[in-house]
Amino acid sequence: MSICLSGNEAVAYAMKQINPDVMGAFPITPSTEIPEYFAQYVANGEVNTEYVTVESEHSSMSVCIAAEAAGARSVSATSSCGLALMYEMLYVAASNRLPITLACVNRALSGPININNDHSDSMGARDAGWIQIYAENNQEAYDNFIMSIPIGENVRLPVMSCMDGFITSHAVENIELLETDAVRAFVGEYTPENYLLKKENPLAVGPYDISAYYMEHKVQQAEAMKAAKTRILEVCAQFEKISGRQYGLVEEYRMENAELAVVLIGSSAGTAKAAVDELREKGVRAGLVKIRVFRPFPGEELAKALEKTKAVAVMDKSEGFSANGGPLFAETRSALYDQKQRPHLIDIVYGLGGRDLKTEDVEEIFDRLTDIAAVGKAGEVYSHIGQRSKEAIG
Amino acid sequence: MIKAKDINEKTPWEDLTPGGEIYEPGTARDFNTGTWRTDTPVFIAEACKHCMLCVPFCPDSAIPVMDGKRLDFDFMHCKGCGICVEVCPFAAIKMVSGGEGA
Repeated sequence: MSICLSGNEAVAYAMKQINPDVMGAFPITPSTEIPEYFAQYVANGEVNTEYVTVESEHSSMSVCIAAEAAGARSVSATSSCGLALMYEMLYVAASNRLPITLACVNRALSGPININNDHSDSMGARDAGWIQIYAENNQEAYDNFIMSIPIGENVRLPVMSCMDGFITSHAVENIELLETDAVRAFVGEYTPENYLLKKENPLAVGPYDISAYYMEHKVQQAEAMKAAKTRILEVCAQFEKISGRQYGLVEEYRMENAELAVVLIGSSAGTAKAAVDELREKGVRAGLVKIRVFRPFPGEELAKALEKTKAVAVMDKSEGFSANGGPLFAETRSALYDQKQRPHLIDIVYGLGGRDLKTEDVEEIFDRLTDIAAVGKAGEVYSHIGQRSKEAIG
Repeated sequence: MIKAKDINEKTPWEDLTPGGEIYEPGTARDFNTGTWRTDTPVFIAEACKHCMLCVPFCPDSAIPVMDGKRLDFDFMHCKGCGICVEVCPFAAIKMVSGGEGA
């Protein structure tokens, strides 16, 4: 069914179709509409979800953890400082191996206080052990949330389904919805082997580990994250059968004979694809690799996609303040390290706090890559674009 | 199903439970916290009236009861906090120095 929905509406609708057992509900711009729309479904009796309104995001994640451990499929939604407030619980959810699904509507972390889009929130949580999947547009936001359920429940890891705040969450796009029966069949029932409410067998969750055991439990988690790659691809293949839409760990756009490329995440890929098309018209061999799954990081797939390129710009929509480049840059460089032939690699930090990225900006980046390829030197490796500076104003 | 008795500091990661979850109740019973004691209670049975005040006050449930009478301390779980001495109205418990007791 084709319909005009905002990203938030689409995710709330996906949640309705999934009909989770529990939702931990707390508002924060720009994710607020998700629990808001969902509350209407609850009030109208369209879902059987236990809708738990809590006093903070730390509590909404705690509710999800307790419910999931009890055997209830649980979801929540948040952004920015809300994600930051549930920080310790994110680690608890992942280490307790509870497949909670969280819609993260990406918004800049304070301060200064900013409600617009960048990836600093989910990037800040990249080490928590959650699977992280990013949507480029409303269709992907809908599809990703549905796929998150069978991904997480199979590998026993929680999943953060991300979309750009305001850009994707609030803008309305024409998308294809699946029939509710198809979604229900696709996600199936949540059937954990052990759960708190299983009366045949007691369960205790979240023990204390002395140093003699903690390392082993973390290795278990690490192995589960590695296994997630295969499972994600399996689920994508199954999803293609019911939707006709194909997804992978990365998306390669016009990379077939690309010499120059950008690597990026989220809605900016849409803008960059338009720029790539314009450049291709002019004869520039430009391409783009969109990272769809950031955790687990598709290092092999990315290295393969970039193997024939001469110069690549990684575009980071979050800072990280490593003084060495952003998080996507660090992962990309690491993925390329063992390659016999590597492109020149630079990092462009852009779009912080919702600073706009235009196709002209992307074209300027490709101009820089053209120079780098010609000269054979990367020059300044780590820089920002879009900011006002004395140098630029002149 | 992996039981607590099958797990020890030599168990490989593959044989631990996911997330350390535990599939049976009362595993604390098998865990020796008595080694934490620096002072030890001594039960003076002759003075004890079995009034049962010390039993619920013990934070470690380390005073067993049978047939309406309290027994000697469960030294595998007594941490030597001395609360039982404080609440006993009959001076039927005294603390001695050391983890081993009298």
